[in-house]
Amino acid sequence: MNFTAMGFKSNQAVADTQNTQDTQDVDLLQCDSEYLKVCGLRAAYGDVGVLHGIDFSVAKGQIAVILGANGAGKTTTLRALTGMVSTEGSIRLAGEELVGEPTAEIVRRGVAHVPQGRGTFGDMSVEENLLVGAFVRNDKQVRSDIAYWYQTFPVLGERRNQPAGSLSGGEQQMLAIARALMLRPSLLLLDEPSLGLAPMVTRFLFEQLKASNAIAGTTMLVVEQNAGLALSVASWAYVLEAGEMVLAGPACELAVNDKVRRAYLGY
Amino acid sequence: MLFCRLATTLGTFDISLDKLSDGELWLAQFFRGLSDGATYASLALALVMIYKSTGFINFAQGSLALLGVYLVYVFSVEQGLPIAVAVVCAMVASALVAMFIERTFIRPFPPNNVLPLVIVTLGLLLIIDSAVGIVWQFRTRSLPSMFSDSAPIQWGIARLTWRTIGNLGAVFVVVGLLYVLMARTKIGLAFRAVSSNLESAQLMGIRVGSTLGFGWALAAAIGTLSGALVVPDLLLEPSVMLRVLIFSLAAAALGGLDSMVGAVLGGLVVGLTRNLLVTFLDLSELALATAVAVILVVLLARPTGFLGTVRRERV
Repeated sequence: MNFTAMGFKSNQAVADTQNTQDTQDVDLLQCDSEYLKVCGLRAAYGDVGVLHGIDFSVAKGQIAVILGANGAGKTTTLRALTGMVSTEGSIRLAGEELVGEPTAEIVRRGVAHVPQGRGTFGDMSVEENLLVGAFVRNDKQVRSDIAYWYQTFPVLGERRNQPAGSLSGGEQQMLAIARALMLRPSLLLLDEPSLGLAPMVTRFLFEQLKASNAIAGTTMLVVEQNAGLALSVASWAYVLEAGEMVLAGPACELAVNDKVRRAYLGY
Repeated sequence: MLFCRLATTLGTFDISLDKLSDGELWLAQFFRGLSDGATYASLALALVMIYKSTGFINFAQGSLALLGVYLVYVFSVEQGLPIAVAVVCAMVASALVAMFIERTFIRPFPPNNVLPLVIVTLGLLLIIDSAVGIVWQFRTRSLPSMFSDSAPIQWGIARLTWRTIGNLGAVFVVVGLLYVLMARTKIGLAFRAVSSNLESAQLMGIRVGSTLGFGWALAAAIGTLSGALVVPDLLLEPSVMLRVLIFSLAAAALGGLDSMVGAVLGGLVVGLTRNLLVTFLDLSELALATAVAVILVVLLARPTGFLGTVRRERV
């Protein structure tokens, strides 16, 4: 079951148990371009199952987006990828299994995650937030990376010594993204970067993300409710409904898909 | 009976009016208050370190300090090491014990659910205190101090001793070192990130478990130092740190629980109030209660303590 290979595919018809088996077989045959490969992913909070065995993959250097309504399981999908919710199934990053690894170890393999609500260290300064972002790095370029982000987001440079908690929502989102990219990740996970932001700020952020993707080749997986904007920057898209992947395809095709248009684009 | 008691109280109040005009007594009690306050402050610092990083009060902090003080006793009196060396050895040893305890009894519990962890620290308090009682027996011993009891400055009965100066100096050195550690080092940065937002810290690749273990080790070493400062003025027995813990809790609460400078300020205020109130109102039986009274009054007026952070969250 491989969306990248098959384009549009309804997942619901396929039994979950078979999913894992099939995908592993496919894995052996092809798809070394798939940097992140998720098979039969299930996740639950206590007894409440949220993801019911989803499959998806992201190619290296690609921007992929997961669309879905509130409660579909978008945030849970990202939290499963960084080991922050109890998970079953398989998550492979460049062929290495991530399920069962503690969060810190997954991050040390190059996965940065900008959580919903941004998760900045409110009582620490902007600069300290960026330094923590580079915590696992030991190279000499941390300072020059910080300078780069001050150039990209000048407002962060102006407020480098202020506590992050005093920034506005948009500024905090910039800080959260810059902090995540301070890791120099190979995979960046973004959870609703547009949440609570003015449309202009959101557009600016997405332009910066696209630029980072183009410059550093960072693979990105974005979860978004602002479907129009997300589809315009992404090259691949998935639609998640009630814990199941129901649609997948190139972003430009999903943007004109009737169902997606009615449900997520609103026209 | 009640009238008798009241009459006595009023009688002593008369006497304390005399005492109030006694400048030397004021000064003497002020110095004692500073000395006690410094020791409360140091144990309060240890409490604050754990509270800041984990969000709960480690009730076993006093017991870890107790164990540390007995180690000081072993190294200095039994092994014959110079007292300062013995204190450093005991600080290192108690830090190792604390790391082991954190690893074995604290880390298995989810860090975001505070109540079970508080219960575990209460259990540890009882276990460590009894273990110390079993190993070293419930008899009193005396512990040498790192600082001499001679007084370079003296007005009548008011003596500013080297011990008072040493206790205060030790606390300020500890606060200074902690500040440098937190503000200038990578492990300090990790510690502050964990204190600020546990989940985000994990998402930055920080190993939260070992960072908290480091906090426990540091807190235990500071606790041992505070024991080594306070016990020479008292007698070494297995419940000696319990009283100190109560005053230190008061100090930490006064300071706002998450502020290191607040803990020092709180310690000095509790030390001074305790000594001054007890002397001038003749309340020696109520010494412990004064600590609680001070907490009540300050927290009623200022719920976050002197320097505690008011939590504001953007939603």
